[in-house]
Amino acid sequence: MKKIKHLLDLKNTPEEWIEEVFKVATSFKEVLTRPLKKVPALRGKTVVNLFFEPSTRTRISFEMAAKFLSADVINFSTSVSSIQKGESLLDTLRNIESLSADIVVVRDSSPGTPYILSKYTQASVVNAGDGTHSHPTQALLDMFTVKQKKGRLEGLKVLIVGDILHSRVARSNIEGFTKFGAQVSVCGPANLIPFYISDWKVKVYYDFDQALEDKDVIIMLRIQRERQNTGYIPSLREYRYLYSLNKERFHRLKKDTLIMHPGPVNWDIEISSKIKPYVHPLILEQVNNGLAIRMAVLYLLSQG
Amino acid sequence: MHLSKIKILNEEEIRRIILRISHQILEKNKGVKDLCLVGIQLRGVYLAQRIKESIYSIEKVYLPLGVLDITFYRDDLARIGPNPLVRSTDICFDINDKKVVLIDDVLFTGRTVRCALDEIMDFGRPKKIYLAVLIDRGHRELPIKPDFVGKNIPTSLKEHVEVKLKESDGEDAVYLYKLK
Repeated sequence: MKKIKHLLDLKNTPEEWIEEVFKVATSFKEVLTRPLKKVPALRGKTVVNLFFEPSTRTRISFEMAAKFLSADVINFSTSVSSIQKGESLLDTLRNIESLSADIVVVRDSSPGTPYILSKYTQASVVNAGDGTHSHPTQALLDMFTVKQKKGRLEGLKVLIVGDILHSRVARSNIEGFTKFGAQVSVCGPANLIPFYISDWKVKVYYDFDQALEDKDVIIMLRIQRERQNTGYIPSLREYRYLYSLNKERFHRLKKDTLIMHPGPVNWDIEISSKIKPYVHPLILEQVNNGLAIRMAVLYLLSQG
Repeated sequence: MHLSKIKILNEEEIRRIILRISHQILEKNKGVKDLCLVGIQLRGVYLAQRIKESIYSIEKVYLPLGVLDITFYRDDLARIGPNPLVRSTDICFDINDKKVVLIDDVLFTGRTVRCALDEIMDFGRPKKIYLAVLIDRGHRELPIKPDFVGKNIPTSLKEHVEVKLKESDGEDAVYLYKLK
């Protein structure tokens, strides 16, 4: 199998490596059911979580993944770091490297940060989200969840709904799912669909009601409320009316359609709380799968 | 590469060994009480399944059978190059206070068994762990000693022992390769 040194995006990650991630993640899912959820695979290795953008869930997921692999974990976030004292990104990285990190997990609000860092470090770099660009481990866990439920990815009809323009989750999922032969389409308000969408092999819908009927997988994106005041969405009420997965729309889906969400869900905005009992278990399973996927990614990169 | 290939065990001999080890396990444990079997991936699992059937034929009791993949417990992960094949672990019974018979095909340096012991301990605290192997070829690097041995084969480090089982290889046999 071809080894890779960094996980920066899915576009440039070989298919067979991704397949291996899925296989290893299946084994780690078993480890997560044990009374003692810990294996010594990364004993003696150091994983640094370098988070320049606030994140709780992804950081905790990476932190737990590293700890369950017996790695030593250092969490480094901007609020407490010297970035605020004016230290440059590269200087921060070099400082961390001199602590002999083996894997650096990076999250930043600027697209491309992990790429720059990967050029200047001996450690493996994992992109945990860079701006609106890419979030490969989220896409891997979404694909893994679908693969476990459906047994395959090829030929499945996948619909991604919401703010496509600002979504690194959408971008990575489009890269990942199309790589494995799924037919991906996106749906959202016209101003939240990027103008370069024609560069991707996806179908575009503006009307959710037209889009949903024959889909095997629907990924509802989170409405980033922090962007609400930027004028992209006139009102949440309107958005909800047009793009919320409500009870009526839910009943028009195929019986076996998987409904996923990268979390955290704004109930009654993206998804109606009336269907919460039907959709929440899978969304929680995504979180569990995320842990297994991140363990697999750290495990495979650590052997580089 | 191979200078010579000698067959050291055939199908019939392996069958008798499985039956003998099954009897020895029952003799040592004085019955099936608290016994359970754990096979190490891959061929240890097939041997464990055969011992399970064999003990059933003697005692009319099916023992719980677990499967162990030791990949994540290896101490040479960084050294062995390409990612080793990861198989599944499945121990779906409580091993606390049980007597576990750990089963593998070849006992060599003892490092696989060390991994397996560590992994079993992560599932609980068994009362006792026995070790059963089809072939003991010597050259231990750790203080590990089997309780049940199919056949002792004194080997040199230049030789290679290969166990073939019907489940994975289409035949039951053990070969000794003398390498150049």
